[in-house]
Amino acid sequence: MSDKLKISIRNLYKIFGDNPRSALADVLGGMSKTELLKTRRHVLGLRDINVDMKEGEITVVMGLSGSGKSTLIRHLNRLIEPTSGEVLVDGENILTFGETKLRELRRKTMSMVFQKFGLLPHRTVLDNAGMALATQGVKRADYEVEARRWLERVGLGGQGRQYPHQLSGGMQQRVGIARALTSNSGIMLMDEAFSALDPLIRTDMQDLLIELQNELHKTIVFITHDLDEALKLADHLVILKDGAVVQQGEPQDILLNPSDPYIEDFVRDINRARVLRVRSVMQEGPAEGEVSGEISDTDNLESVIAVSGGAMDRRYRVMAEGKPVGVLDMSTLMRALVPRHPG
Amino acid sequence: MASYAKFFDALGLREWCDGGAGGDGPMSMADLMAQARSGAGGASGGGGSGGSFWDLPLPSLNNFHDACQAIPQTRDLTIGLERAFLSARDALRIVLDPLTQPLSWMLREMLWLMTATPWFIMLPILLLVTWFVARSWSVVLLVAASLGFLTVVDHYTAAMQTLAIIFVCAFICVLFGVPLGIAMSRSDRLQRIVTPILDMLQTLPAFVYLIPLIFLFSVTEPKLYGIAIILYAIVPVVRLTDLGIRLVDRDVIEAANAFGMTSRQKLFGVQIPLALPNIMAGVNQTIMMSLAMVVIASLVSAPGLGVLVLRGIRNLELGVGLIAGFGIVLLAIVLDRVTKASLARIDVSQSSRH
Repeated sequence: MSDKLKISIRNLYKIFGDNPRSALADVLGGMSKTELLKTRRHVLGLRDINVDMKEGEITVVMGLSGSGKSTLIRHLNRLIEPTSGEVLVDGENILTFGETKLRELRRKTMSMVFQKFGLLPHRTVLDNAGMALATQGVKRADYEVEARRWLERVGLGGQGRQYPHQLSGGMQQRVGIARALTSNSGIMLMDEAFSALDPLIRTDMQDLLIELQNELHKTIVFITHDLDEALKLADHLVILKDGAVVQQGEPQDILLNPSDPYIEDFVRDINRARVLRVRSVMQEGPAEGEVSGEISDTDNLESVIAVSGGAMDRRYRVMAEGKPVGVLDMSTLMRALVPRHPG
Repeated sequence: MASYAKFFDALGLREWCDGGAGGDGPMSMADLMAQARSGAGGASGGGGSGGSFWDLPLPSLNNFHDACQAIPQTRDLTIGLERAFLSARDALRIVLDPLTQPLSWMLREMLWLMTATPWFIMLPILLLVTWFVARSWSVVLLVAASLGFLTVVDHYTAAMQTLAIIFVCAFICVLFGVPLGIAMSRSDRLQRIVTPILDMLQTLPAFVYLIPLIFLFSVTEPKLYGIAIILYAIVPVVRLTDLGIRLVDRDVIEAANAFGMTSRQKLFGVQIPLALPNIMAGVNQTIMMSLAMVVIASLVSAPGLGVLVLRGIRNLELGVGLIAGFGIVLLAIVLDRVTKASLARIDVSQSSRH
């Protein structure tokens, strides 16, 4: 993973209504969302969003419905035009792009996966997977090879001749992912891609995505309302509320140090033992004294508890890439399992 | 009648009224009759003293005219309209005649083609077309039975004439209707303009717009009934094309946008294919309405089964009218089944429809 910024969103505002420009002045003057709706009849979609997304990382944008997360992701390929602000992709402000350049961006740089799949119902699975390349004008023989390869990769080998409606929801979304991968773009936008699926299938798809990501290292922007999903996938987690970013950062960090009551509420019901990893709760420094064993810094707490057999008096040396980096007391671990209560 | 005369007197308009009357040249027949009637009215009014409230005549132009000569009669209105139309007619003809001439040719050629081709060639061709459109043996069988019946009862030529007119008119309806519907679906303003016109075409009884058409074109020309049929039948295909394209799933359109499709790629690759079931439903309706109109158009010299129905009505030949009417029903069923079968084929090939 490099530290290169792939996408930067700078001071992005979106106001829905008849005259968003003039409403923007009020918002900049500090008017709240409810006040704006009441006095000006404009809806504040996004307020002052600043997010940096690094190349090769999964950035998860999480929020409840109405928090503006789907609006935000549509600004990245300008399916929605912002009221003000900048969206930089590879250092270029895409809001200055003309029609042709924007089309190139959508064809080559970004691909998108949708909550409701958005497959073409009258085309076969294979044609759907090859849609991005066909749109670019690639010959059928050439894009079919690519499409078939990616269908194979997402587990739909041999189903290319079926129509989308003949597949289950999970399989349709696999086609959606294959379509995005076939376009060979560096950025994948995933708008609640797994929200419409059954829980079990959703877990499968998350595993598939992680597997693909370990192999391909795309820059993925993933929208979800499910915190478990967010924590599972995110390298960088952005939490939206009422169109504004409440907190963003490393997911473990957000879980351990929620910055406001809204997020505390959010993280309360999480299975912390499964999500938290040893490196987030250990004490750094050389391991002194007696230890009962060695654990890896990427283990989650659940597996440590399993190793200890539930005994409270254990102490473990934490190893990262073969070197000791810290020590973990079971008592520290237990404290980390209890969410920090407000007040 | 006297009551309105008093009314004009009360308004102080008597002078203006009589002034208008003074300008009247030689009396026309209608004026004389009006006078006679007013005389009779006055007599029956009893005493001419204005009569009672119950005798108050209709507040119509004719009655106002009786009271006040300056006000025109209703007859003048219709004559005025007629004169205006006739004076505009030549100018209209210069524009419309060349524009619609191809329609006359097409109708004439098609009528000639379908009646001049020997029956043993024509019928197999029609059955083949049915097979290619519907791909269903039962539909082909139905068509064969229906056309067979019409042939046996000597209505073959009339049926071919009717079919020829329907084919030409429905083809032209689709040719213009589908692009118009597509344009409407992409522009809200155009939709706002065209929708009332379509509403009008749909609600106007066919008899009503036959009248100006008769004046505009010569009754001997096929385009007269061609235009009448097209105007009547084009509505559903336009409406359903517009509707079909507007109903295309927004998520699919968004996906098409997100992958950088041009609007042309979207139209031909996504919108039209997905709207096709609706467009075909429109074509089906258009064909059925052409059939309905081709019967009425027999009043203005459209050949075919309609002529026989008309003969049945005019000469009170019950049997002729009934057989021809039954032939029309058969044609209607055949055309409907064939187009529905092709519609079903489209639906199956992309039963995206949830």
